[in-house]
Amino acid sequence: MNNNYILETHHLTKEFKGFTAVDDVSLNIQRGHIHALIGPNGAGKTTVFNLLTKYLSPTSGTILFNGRDITAIESSAIARQGLVRSFQISAVFPNLTVLENVRVALQQREGNSFHFWKPESVLDRLNERAEQLLESVGLQDFARVVTVDLSYGRKRALEIATTLALDPEMLLLDEPTQGMGQEDVERTANLIRSVADNRTILMVEHNLKVVSQLADRITVLQRGAVLTEGDYATVSDDPRVREAYLGVAADKETAA
Amino acid sequence: MTTQIQMNAVTQPRQRGLTLILILGLISVGLLAPLVVYPVFLMKFLCFALFACAFNLMLGFVGMLSFGHAAFLATGGYITGYAMTHFGLTPELGVLVGTLASAILGFVFGKLSVKREGIYFAMVTLALAQLVFFFYLQADFTGGENGMQGIPRGELFGLIDLNDNLNMYYFVLAVFLLGFFVVYRTVHSPFGQVLKAIRENEPRAVSLGYSVGNYKLLAFVISAALAGMAGSTKALVFELESLTDAHWHMSGEVVLMTLLGGMGTLFGPVVGAAIVIAISTLFSGGELGNYIHIIMGAIFVMCVLSFRRGVVGEFQRVMARNFSASRVGK
Ligand SMILES: Nc1ncnc2c1ncn2[C@@H]1O[C@H](COP(=O)(O)OP(=O)(O)OP(=O)(O)O)[C@@H](O)[C@H]1O
Ligand SMILES: [Mg+2]
Repeated sequence: MNNNYILETHHLTKEFKGFTAVDDVSLNIQRGHIHALIGPNGAGKTTVFNLLTKYLSPTSGTILFNGRDITAIESSAIARQGLVRSFQISAVFPNLTVLENVRVALQQREGNSFHFWKPESVLDRLNERAEQLLESVGLQDFARVVTVDLSYGRKRALEIATTLALDPEMLLLDEPTQGMGQEDVERTANLIRSVADNRTILMVEHNLKVVSQLADRITVLQRGAVLTEGDYATVSDDPRVREAYLGVAADKETAA
Repeated sequence: MTTQIQMNAVTQPRQRGLTLILILGLISVGLLAPLVVYPVFLMKFLCFALFACAFNLMLGFVGMLSFGHAAFLATGGYITGYAMTHFGLTPELGVLVGTLASAILGFVFGKLSVKREGIYFAMVTLALAQLVFFFYLQADFTGGENGMQGIPRGELFGLIDLNDNLNMYYFVLAVFLLGFFVVYRTVHSPFGQVLKAIRENEPRAVSLGYSVGNYKLLAFVISAALAGMAGSTKALVFELESLTDAHWHMSGEVVLMTLLGGMGTLFGPVVGAAIVIAISTLFSGGELGNYIHIIMGAIFVMCVLSFRRGVVGEFQRVMARNFSASRVGK
């Protein structure tokens, strides 16, 4: 066990009815890194995230977070240990206001979440912190808006603010810039860079410009297995990667 | 878009103010009602209204349909009845004992069911409630098919004689208001905020570190306790507890009340209970009494097909629409 690794997986495998979505994946994520997980559609990236956070149970293999085996503990407990994920499809609470979305996350660490005899207004003391978080993603003007009414890109930004509210040691971001306009993509990339100062981030990202700007290290998945790993220069020079992924992505970008 | 955003932002506190005024108005109506309406009828209504509010906490505010709430109503009634008859408790303690017993039963039910989703949750709660029904059918202390009769109403705090229907009425009103307040407080509490998040997006709530099962369990226990409180009070009102309360028909009836009145609204279950009790009282005397279930069924179908939000839900929607229309017009 290497103390520099915050998250390790050993031979992680997930089979769905005979089809192997994640195939013997061993990852070592270095503490403090922004680590990108890339690969063509259906490569198994989201499934890896689901395994790491226990939304799915692995068929075999183990997961260590800070040296502790977390393979068998439940999702919410993993989050409380400091490994928090976002979702590929925007995950917000649609009928809560934007402020309340962030506040629900802040509330988790307050220890009053079972207090059914207290008025809601005890949560107001979290408003200031929630507003700061909204400001960091550029949503300060939307605090009182009901979340359904937000555009898709803003919902994604809100999701990041909500995730950050937990002040997690490690963040798993599943395509954080997907569906955002160019301006929002840049803001989000900057935000990720700034929150990475004292955190580790594992992110799935299709936008290779963002990957090249942010990632310290990149793992390429293909058909569930690790194709290669390295920094951006190494990975992008690898002919197998070009064939498996960059070609696809290039097509995608011209199409977009 | 912007007007809509602002509107949504403004309606919330305003709605709260309206709710408060409405509650105060209804309390005054409640205080004066027995001067106009037969108190026993009112008490029956209040007990069922509380039962429906308790049920609605699960269905409307957690989003889980329990089909076993009859078990809690009956448990409250039987335990209170037994305690009043054999231990000579004062009625407020009798109600407390029944409420606690239902809370404990709710904990057991909840432990076994809250991890199930949707229809499976309904099925597990129904199965457990059937077990409870057969237990009460067989057990000696319940009087089986004859029911538990002659439950004394006793003297409130050892002072106020509840055999006087008017005294009894104000006691029932107080119990109802307490129960209603517990629902209101729970919905608008830090806990209620988490419940709302869970109902809105359960996987996201989990990813934020909430052990969803424990929150559902607590909500279920509160709901069961309040249903028990309704049953306890009802047993005192009628000085009787019978298997009707434990039967699955009763679990169905509370679903009907809640949907009819509007689930997920605070007043919906109260209105729904009023409608159902009024209709069943209206028809129970006459020739149509035998058809009561058919009539209820027909109303239910009509309700589900034409106004899905229930009476209160539709009313709120119309109000909201007018409100937004006037703002946009401005
Ligand atoms: N619950 C499931 N049951 C069966 N098959 C699944 C399940 N979840 C994912 N898969 C399959 O596993 C494969 C990997 O899916 P996954 O969502 O992990 O891909 P991905 O790399 O995230 O793709 P994308 O870039 O499109 O998000 C896909 O073929 C998918 O159909
Ligand atoms: Mg994916």
